[in-house]
Amino acid sequence: MKYLHMMLAMLIVVLFGSTTIMADVPSPTIPKGNAEKCVLPTEEMRVNHMTKILHQRDETMRKGIRTEQFSLKKCINCHVVKDDAGKAVSHKDERHFCNSCHTYAAVKIDCFECHASKPNARKKVSATAGGKD
Amino acid sequence: MKKINYLEIEGRSSGFIALLGILGIIALAGIGAFIYMEHSGHHVTGMDNQIVWGMPHVFAIFLIVAASGALNVASIGTVFNKAIYKPLGRLSVLMAIALLAGGLMVLLLDLGRPDRLIVAMTYYNFKSIFAWNIILYNGFFAVTIVYLWMMMEKRMVPYYRPAGIAAFIWRLILTTGTGSIFGFLVARSAFDAAIMAPMFIIMSFSFGLAIFLLILMLGYQWTERPLGDAIVKRLKNLLGIFVAAVLYFTLAYHLTNLYATEHHDVEKFILAGDSIHTTLFWIVEILIGGIIPLAIIYSKFSTSRTWLGLATIMIIIGGLAKIYVIVIGGQAFPLEIFPGMEVISSTFGDANSYHIYNPSTPEFILGISGVAVAILIITMGVRVLKFMPESLADADVDPHNKG
Amino acid sequence: MNKQEIPVQGISRRKFLGASAATAGIGIASGVSLINIANAKPLDEPVSNDQRWGMLIDANKCASGCTSCVDACNTENGLNAGDEQLSRQGQKAQWIRKVELRDKATQHEISLPLLCQHCENPPCVDVCPTGASFKREDGLVLVDKHTCIGCRYCMMACPYKARSFIHEELLNQLEDVPRGKGTVESCTFCVHRLDEDTDNRRDPACVEACNADGHQAIIFGDMKDANSAISQQLKKHTSKAIRADLKLNPGVRYRGI
Repeated sequence: MKYLHMMLAMLIVVLFGSTTIMADVPSPTIPKGNAEKCVLPTEEMRVNHMTKILHQRDETMRKGIRTEQFSLKKCINCHVVKDDAGKAVSHKDERHFCNSCHTYAAVKIDCFECHASKPNARKKVSATAGGKD
Repeated sequence: MKKINYLEIEGRSSGFIALLGILGIIALAGIGAFIYMEHSGHHVTGMDNQIVWGMPHVFAIFLIVAASGALNVASIGTVFNKAIYKPLGRLSVLMAIALLAGGLMVLLLDLGRPDRLIVAMTYYNFKSIFAWNIILYNGFFAVTIVYLWMMMEKRMVPYYRPAGIAAFIWRLILTTGTGSIFGFLVARSAFDAAIMAPMFIIMSFSFGLAIFLLILMLGYQWTERPLGDAIVKRLKNLLGIFVAAVLYFTLAYHLTNLYATEHHDVEKFILAGDSIHTTLFWIVEILIGGIIPLAIIYSKFSTSRTWLGLATIMIIIGGLAKIYVIVIGGQAFPLEIFPGMEVISSTFGDANSYHIYNPSTPEFILGISGVAVAILIITMGVRVLKFMPESLADADVDPHNKG
Repeated sequence: MNKQEIPVQGISRRKFLGASAATAGIGIASGVSLINIANAKPLDEPVSNDQRWGMLIDANKCASGCTSCVDACNTENGLNAGDEQLSRQGQKAQWIRKVELRDKATQHEISLPLLCQHCENPPCVDVCPTGASFKREDGLVLVDKHTCIGCRYCMMACPYKARSFIHEELLNQLEDVPRGKGTVESCTFCVHRLDEDTDNRRDPACVEACNADGHQAIIFGDMKDANSAISQQLKKHTSKAIRADLKLNPGVRYRGI
């Protein structure tokens, strides 16, 4: 079921993304990330972000590999969207980065049932911490 | 012996519609309970981190165990070539499929993440008896449906017996697997016993046949088709043996445990404690589910269909109580984490003498809806397909019958 | 690109520290942190079975009534982040708990923390139908919540009752510790701390808290490294595994029980 949804969504993205004929079709407004550029070209991320995250998920979970390029934590940190009060919005808010497109494409995501949907880095207490970000 | 003529039931009476309606409402209520539990999370149930399997599992395990038992009637006809059982074969297989479907539905809908059914089907840990059971259950459907096909399709008759033997062997493995779910839990004092698997097999014989006999009698009465005493007498005598065998296995299980000092505490908890499990064990499981039905079956009361029906209902209730005592009782007794030590205090409930489980209404409804779905499948099955012989009168089924 | 530099730095530090630890480890008895740093790995390398994380808990040093380790665990892993308001007491998650015991024969009383024992032969892993419950190469027993279906068979199988089921929706998870409704969880030995690179690797929160309180009841480290503090203490003193009769070879050992 889930895969069917995904495939449908991809189809929609491909159809609507690559054609200019349907100019009057409403398109999602995707908030910009907070860094200069994404870890991969935007076009590539748009199509392949799920496989990148999925791959990274198993690497991290099973093998303890915690490289930063496709770390969900880093995605969330960079793509944070703030509300009018300047507070980061959660996945319950329609303005959330992931929601901006996933609501449009009607693709349900399961990530935030468990993962934090907004940054909440705790202060490092270790004396050896610091030096890199 | 006359040729057996199978026929769909008419299904136009108001009684039939009412039956479907009631079953449908219970099934819908079950779906409602599922949505409620799934949406809120399991905090709305009586289950917690101590009693992790509750009422839904009692019903699910009962139905799954009974499913393989219901297939016995067909197996006796096919595998052991007892002619009198052969007309009952189709109904027996239908019941087996229906009961398993009902049980699995309940088990599935109680998962923490029922939306991940696809994960359960695609990720297998072959060391897990649970994963084996998933394969065994799916296989059971496949094997019994093929068996049914061979039974009902004339040109498949040459393959009918091998299919029956395959189904028979499969069901034995399946029940062994279900029993082993508990037998493999080494750390739980109440479960860690090899006798669990064979005990589950004999339980399946008993519960499955009780359900079969009850539905057979009700079905023939409601459709006003003749059901002779010969076949009922055969089935009830067999049922008597199975009920006695369950009692024997229960006795053997507890005696073995009583012999080992390390199990004295858990035995005392079940057999002579002050919890509900002791009452359920002696009054419901042993007395209502064992001794009284046995007395009915082997007395002159058994010539009365009403009394016999009552006996089968008692066996079913006793069976549910037995599963309850095994599943819930086994968890209610605290884990022996520190042998020789007394737990004075703990923030995680280790110090309780036993854990208390108060099943909530939605759990109970979900469980009972599994039964409703099973009966619904059977009812619809006999309505649309030729499962029930038009007559099971003595002269039609028993070649040696003189009357 | 800063990102590409990190592994390079990590390896060079690791090599350097590995060499120095071999000499330092012999002389410095209390060089716990030094030795542990030598065992850390760069972020892009998988964990290996060259090491096995373990814990030695001294019940003689554990103070009755003290819950520092429990509090630290709850804070570190977000167990007290304001979620689980609807769950009853018995339904709330707890990864580490304090247990007070009395010897039935001698009346001797002890106090100790009980947590996932990170068994070498974990029953929870054996019974898990989907393989969501798994043992990592370095000995950590974890739940992959992506494939956990919430059947709770692992909770039935665990001899230590170390696992919790999440009974309601959570909203305040920490970014390092994903947890969610309908799945099972347990102590991870603070895996997010262990997986940090050389400079940032830290002991689990409970260990830190116990040390900060001055009890020093928990030693954490690599049980396969003969020079680690835990290995040396295990070699020197008698220690016990809980339910040793089950032959699960837990990664958590106890003294004074």
